Amino acid sequence: MGLGQILAKRVGYGLVLLIAVLILNFTLITVAPGDVADSIAGDMGGADATVMAEIRERYGLDKPFLLQLWAYVSKVAFLDLGYSYFYNTPVTTLILEKLPATLLLVFSSQILAITVGTLLGVMAARKPNGFVSMCVTFLSLFGFAAPVFWSGILLIIAFVSIFPIFPVGGMSSAIMEGGFFARAVDIAYHLFLPMVTLASIYLALYSRLTRASMLEVLGSDYVRTARAKGLAENKVFYKHALKNSLGPLVTVAGLQFSAVMSGAVVVEAVFNWPGLGTLALQSILARDTPTIMGILFFSSFVVIIVNIVTDIVLRLIDPRIRSS
Amino acid sequence: MTAGPLLSVTDLVVDFKTRAGNARVLDHISLDVKEGEILGIVGESGCGKSMTALSIMGLVPNPPGKITSGSIKLGDQELVDMDIEALRKIRGKEIGMIFQEPMTSLNPVFTVGEQIAESVRLHENVGAKAAHARAVEMLKAVEIPEPEARAHAYPHQLSGGMRQRVMIAMALSCRPRVLIADEPTTALDTTVQAQIFDLLQNLQDETGTAIVLITHDMGAIAELADTVAVMYAGKIVEKGKVDRVLSHPDHPYTKGLIACVPHLSANPAAISERLMEIPGVVPALTDLGTGCAFAPRCSEVITKCRTDSPRLFETQPEHKAACWVAQKEMT
Ligand SMILES: Nc1ncnc2c1ncn2[C@@H]1O[C@H](COP(=O)(O)OP(=O)(O)O)[C@@H](O)[C@H]1O
Ligand SMILES: [Mg+2]
Repeated sequence: MGLGQILAKRVGYGLVLLIAVLILNFTLITVAPGDVADSIAGDMGGADATVMAEIRERYGLDKPFLLQLWAYVSKVAFLDLGYSYFYNTPVTTLILEKLPATLLLVFSSQILAITVGTLLGVMAARKPNGFVSMCVTFLSLFGFAAPVFWSGILLIIAFVSIFPIFPVGGMSSAIMEGGFFARAVDIAYHLFLPMVTLASIYLALYSRLTRASMLEVLGSDYVRTARAKGLAENKVFYKHALKNSLGPLVTVAGLQFSAVMSGAVVVEAVFNWPGLGTLALQSILARDTPTIMGILFFSSFVVIIVNIVTDIVLRLIDPRIRSS
Repeated sequence: MTAGPLLSVTDLVVDFKTRAGNARVLDHISLDVKEGEILGIVGESGCGKSMTALSIMGLVPNPPGKITSGSIKLGDQELVDMDIEALRKIRGKEIGMIFQEPMTSLNPVFTVGEQIAESVRLHENVGAKAAHARAVEMLKAVEIPEPEARAHAYPHQLSGGMRQRVMIAMALSCRPRVLIADEPTTALDTTVQAQIFDLLQNLQDETGTAIVLITHDMGAIAELADTVAVMYAGKIVEKGKVDRVLSHPDHPYTKGLIACVPHLSANPAAISERLMEIPGVVPALTDLGTGCAFAPRCSEVITKCRTDSPRLFETQPEHKAACWVAQKEMT
C-alpha cells in the first residue's frame, strides 16, 4: 500500500471518529443535569417558569434530542460550533483565538521532552550503571510521582519568588512594544516555566523508555556488525541503535498526546496561560455548553491529526511497517 | 609476498566472569593464517570458535569477557590492547567479518546499499556517489541479481541467502586482507550453503584475501580450507594441513568429527549403521579438571588423560595434536 492510500484510509477513520466524538459529547452534555437556561436564570438571580421556557425556546432546547443533535452536527460540518452566550462570540472565533497558545505550549513541551528525553535515554544506555543512568531513574520516579500542578507551583516558588527570573504567569508582558522578534522573545520568556512543567512528566517517561529500548537494541547482532565495520561508538549509538529504538518512543508519544492535552489544562490554570485549558475551565464554571463542546471537538481534532502524523513517522522510521 | 603469516594468534587466553566462576573460554590458542590461504576452524558449538573471531576483531563483550593474555598480530601490528581508534581503522578495512546470523546481522532500518556504502565511506576517502557505486559493484560481485535495484532494498525484503551475500559484500567492500567468516552458512538451506561456499571460494581465488572459515561442518573444511584447527572446550586439539589432518587424524575428537561426515570417512562400513556422532557433551568451562577435557567422551582414554592435560606436539612436520595416546604412539 502506498503512503497516499494509507493516508486516505487514516483520514477516513479520523472523520468517522470525529463524528462519533461529536455525538458522544452532545449526548453527555445533554443528559448532564442542568442546562444553559438554569445557568442564565442563576445569573439573573432566579427566574420563573415562563422566562425559563422562553430561554429554552431561544436556544432550541425544547426540541427533541435527535433533532438537536442533527442540527448541531450539520452546523459543525461547516465549522460552525454555535454561539457562546457567555462570551457573546461565535465559539469557533473564541477557540481559534485561544488554540495557538495551547498548541504552542503542548508542542514546545513535547519537543523538549522528546529531544532531551531521548538524549538522556541514550546517554543512560551507554553507561547503564553510570551517573546519567541514575539521574534518569531518579527523574522518572519524580516525574511519575509528582502531580503536574505541584511541580508547576514548585517551579514558581523557585524561579519567581526565590530567584525572580521568570514571570509568574500569562503569555506576554502587559505593555509590549517592539517588532515581531521582541514579541517572540517575550512570549518565549513567559513560555519557559509552563513548558518545563508540562515537559517534566514526559521527559521522565521518554528517557526511561529510550534507555530501555536502547539497551535492548544494543544487544542486537546488527549493532555488533556496525562495530565490526569499524564505526565509532557515537555512530553506533546515535545512528544504528537509536533509529531502531525510536519506534516505541514515537508510538508512546503519539498515544500520550491526548494526556498531554489534558495536562495542558492544569498547567494553563497554574500559570494563567491564556489557552484552551483556561477557556475550558471558565466555560465549565459558566455552564457555557457550546464552548465546552467546541473545545472537546477541537481537542479531539488535534489528537486525531497527531495520531495520523505518528503513523506516518513510524512508517518513515521503520521500513518493515511500510511494507507490511 | 611476505614469508611470515599475515595474521598470527599466539597463546591467546580469554576469560569470562560468570556466576558459576571464571570460565576460560579460550585457553592458549595459537593460529597462523598466511596470505591467500583459507584456515578452517572447526569444533562443536560452544568450543570458542566465535570468541576466537571476536578476539581478533577486538569485540569480545567486556564485561564479562576479557583477553587475559596472548598476542594477535596482523602483519607486524599488535591488535591486543591496541588503541581503540587505531583498531577501528583495522576493523572493516584490514579485517572483514561475516556473522552466523544473516537474518539479524543487518540493520533493519537502512537499505543494504546504504550499509555497504557506509563501510566504504568510513575507510576510504570517497563521496556518497562513489560509495554507492562501489556498493552496487560489490552486490554484483557476490552474484546478487539486479544489483542496482537490490541496493535500495531493506534487509527484510531479501532471503537469508541474499542477506548473507550482502554481508559478504559488505565485509569485502574495503578489500580487506583477512576475511573472518563465522559459520556463514549454518542458518541457511543446504543448497544455499553450497552456493555461499562456492562464492567464498571464487572470491578468494579472485582477490587472494586470506579467509578464516569457522564452521562445524568438516565437509566444508575438506572442500575449501588449506589448513585446519580443531577446537575443543576452548583449546586447539589438532591442527595442520587439511589433507594430512583429514587423512591421518591424530586426535580421537578429530576422528569423531570426520566420522560424522560419511564421504570423508576412511571406513564407511563402520559408520553405516548410524550417522555417527560423538557421545557425551562438552563439559562446562567453569569446572574443567586437570586432565584432558575430552577424556570423559574419549574411546581411547588412558589413565594419564584423566590427570594431565596434553599439550600440542608435532606428530608430523606442520601437524600437531594434543593427545597423550597419539604422543605415546609416536615414541
Ligand atoms: N556473554 C558470555 N558470558 C559467559 N560465557 C560466554 C558468553 N559468551 C560466550 N560464552 C561462552 O564462551 C564459550 C565459547 O562460545 P563461542 O565462541 O560462541 O562458541 P562457538 O562459536 O564455538 O559455538 C561458550 O562455552 C560460551 O558458553
Ligand atoms: Mg559461534
